[in-house]
Amino acid sequence: MAATAQPLVQAQRSRPASRFKLSSLLSQEVILALAIIIIIVVVGSVNARYVSERNLTSIFLGNAYIAVAAIGMSMVIISGNIDVSVGSLIGVLATLSGTLAVNGVPIWLSWVIPVFAGMLVGAVIGFFVAYLKIPSIVVTLGFLSILKGGLISITNGEWIRDLPDSFGLAQERPFGIPMPVYFMIVLTILAALWMRYSATGRAIYAVGGNKEAARLSGISEPRILMTVFILNGFFVGIASILFATQLEIIQTAVPAGVELLIITAAVVGGVSILGGTGTVIGAMLAAILLSAIGSALVFINVSPFWLRAVQGVLILMTVLADLLRRRRNQASLKG
Amino acid sequence: MSALPETKALDDAPSFSERLSSALFRQEGVLVLIGIVALVVLAFGSENFLTVDNLLNQTRFLAEIGLIALPMTYIIITGGIDLSVGAIVGVSAIMLGVSWQNWGLPLELAIVVCIITGVIAGLVNGLFIVRVGVPPLIMTLATLALYRGLAEGISESRSVRGYPDWFEELGQGSALGLPTQLWVLIIFAILFAVVLARTTFGRSLYAIGNNELGARFSGIPVGRNKLIIYSLSGLMAGIAAWIFVSRTTTTRSDYGSGWELDVIAAVVLGGTSIFGGTGTIIGTMLGIVLIQLLKNGLALTGVTSDATIVIIGSVLILSILINNYAGAIFGALTRRLRPTQRNP
Repeated sequence: MAATAQPLVQAQRSRPASRFKLSSLLSQEVILALAIIIIIVVVGSVNARYVSERNLTSIFLGNAYIAVAAIGMSMVIISGNIDVSVGSLIGVLATLSGTLAVNGVPIWLSWVIPVFAGMLVGAVIGFFVAYLKIPSIVVTLGFLSILKGGLISITNGEWIRDLPDSFGLAQERPFGIPMPVYFMIVLTILAALWMRYSATGRAIYAVGGNKEAARLSGISEPRILMTVFILNGFFVGIASILFATQLEIIQTAVPAGVELLIITAAVVGGVSILGGTGTVIGAMLAAILLSAIGSALVFINVSPFWLRAVQGVLILMTVLADLLRRRRNQASLKG
Repeated sequence: MSALPETKALDDAPSFSERLSSALFRQEGVLVLIGIVALVVLAFGSENFLTVDNLLNQTRFLAEIGLIALPMTYIIITGGIDLSVGAIVGVSAIMLGVSWQNWGLPLELAIVVCIITGVIAGLVNGLFIVRVGVPPLIMTLATLALYRGLAEGISESRSVRGYPDWFEELGQGSALGLPTQLWVLIIFAILFAVVLARTTFGRSLYAIGNNELGARFSGIPVGRNKLIIYSLSGLMAGIAAWIFVSRTTTTRSDYGSGWELDVIAAVVLGGTSIFGGTGTIIGTMLGIVLIQLLKNGLALTGVTSDATIVIIGSVLILSILINNYAGAIFGALTRRLRPTQRNP
C-alpha cells in the first residue's frame, strides 16, 4: 500500500544491522521514556495525587492490554499492512471468554480458547491479504463491521455478569504487581527478541521494506504475511483476555476507538508508517505514554473529551518526524 | 497501489480504453442485475418494501452517504483513500450547532461555518498528503482521531437541539415531488460525473491512479489535483453534515461514525478499483442505491441493523474479490486474443 516511496531509501533501511537505524530507533524509545517521565514529574508537581501509588498503577495498568495488542499491530504495520478490525475482535473474544466461563467451562479453557479463536480470525484475514491479494485496509474494514455487527446482533449488548471468582486473571497481583503488567513486559521482550534475531522476524522487516528484494532473496511473502496476521490474532487474543478479566462484568460491546488507540501506540512507538522499520518496545512505551496523558488531562482539569484529539495530534507529529527523518536519510544518502 | 506501472504504460491507448469501458460496463450491468434481483427478493420479504413512499423515503438516507461517495470515487481512482470523512461530518455538524447556539451566530452563517469546517478539514488532509508526502491511509486515519476528537472536545459530548422550522426543510421537505436532499444529490452526481468523464481534470485522475510518476512527467499537476479532491471530500462531508443535522434536527459529536465503511463499500461495489485507475460515478451511485436497498429491505424483513452491518462488511470484501477475479479473467482473455503483446 505504501510501496510508492523511494526505493533507494527503502533498500538502505531494510539492511537490518545498519548503525544509523539502531541509533535512530534507540532515540525514539528514549524520547518516549523521557516524555513519560516529564509528564509524570510536571503533572505530579501540579497535582500530587497524580503521582499517588494508586494512580501510577492505573497508568501502567490501564493500557496494558493496548500495549499487548500493539505488539501484533507493530508487526502488521512493519510488514506494510494495517488492521483496523482489532477493536471489534477484542470485543468478540472478550465476550467469548466470558460466555465460556459463565457456562461452566474450566477457567483455563475460557482463557485459552479465545486466544486460539483470535489466531483463527487472524488466519482468515491473513489468507485474504496474503493469497487473495486484497488490501489489508479493505479486508479489515470489512471484518470490523462483520465482527462488530455480529457480536451485537447475537448478544444484544447485554452484559455478562456472575463471572466465577477465579476468572479475574487481570486482577491477580503476584508479588504485588498486577498480572497485566507481567504480560505486557514479558510478551514485549519476547516479541522484540524474536523480531530482532529470528529469520522470520527479520523477514517481516524485509517484506515491509522492499517486497521485490525480499522475494529475490527467497522470502515467501504470502507465508510471512500469514504468520504476521496469525501472530496479530494471538496478541489480540491475549489482550482481550486481559480486557475481559479486569472487571467483574463484561460489556458485550466493542470498546470504542480501541483500534485507533492500538494503531496510535504502534505508530507513536516508532513503527514507521511506510513499513520496514520499528520495534515493539517503543509501542509499549507509547501505550504507557497515552495512558499517562489521558490520566493527566483529568488532573490538570482538561475535559477528557479532548483525549482523542490529543491522540490524533500525537500520531500526526510522529508521522511527520518519521518522514523528516526519512528525508534526511535520503539527503545524506545522496550527499 | 503502484503495481506494475510498466504494463499499464505498454498498452496502447485505444485498446486500453476499450478494455476499460467493457470492464466497466460489465460491472455496472452486474450491479443493475443484482439490484433488480434484490428488489424482487426483498419485495417478497415485506409488502411495505416496494412502495413509492418507502423507496422515496429511503433516498433521504442515501443522500448523505451518496454525496460523500462522489469525491471518494475521485480519491480512490487516484489510488488514495479518505478514512476521515465520517469524522469530518461529526466536526462539521458540531461546528454548525456550536457556532449557532453557543457563539450566537445567525443560523445561515452557522451553515457556512459548517461547510467551511469541512473544506478546511479536507484541505489539511490534502496538504499533508501532497506537500509532506504522508500516505493517505495514515493521514486520514490520524485525522479520523483528530477530527472526531475535536468534535468531542468542542461539544463536550453535549447535543444541540431546537432548530427553527425553515432549517428542517432541506432534510425533511420535498421539492417537485422528490425529497429535497435527493435533488441535491442528483445535481452533484451529474456535476461530478461530467467533470470526471469530460474534463482534463477528471481524466487526469485516472492517469494519476494508473501511473502517478508518468502523470507527473506528462505535465499533469498531480499535487494540485490531489489537493482539490481531498478538499472536495471535506466540502461534501460538510454539506452532508448540514443535511444530516437538518434531517435529524439534532447535533451530536458521534454523527457520521462508521460512515467511511458505507462510503468505501459503495464506491468499491460500484466498480472503482481499490488499487486506483478505474471507476465511474454511475457505478458509485448504483453502489449507493444497492447498499441502501439492502439495508432497508433487510430491516423491513426483520433483520436488525447490526446484522445488516455484517452484510455490508461481507459485501465490501466480496465485491473486491469479484472485481479482482473479473480483472484476471479479462486480462487472460485479452492476452490470448493478442499474443503479440508483451507481458511481464
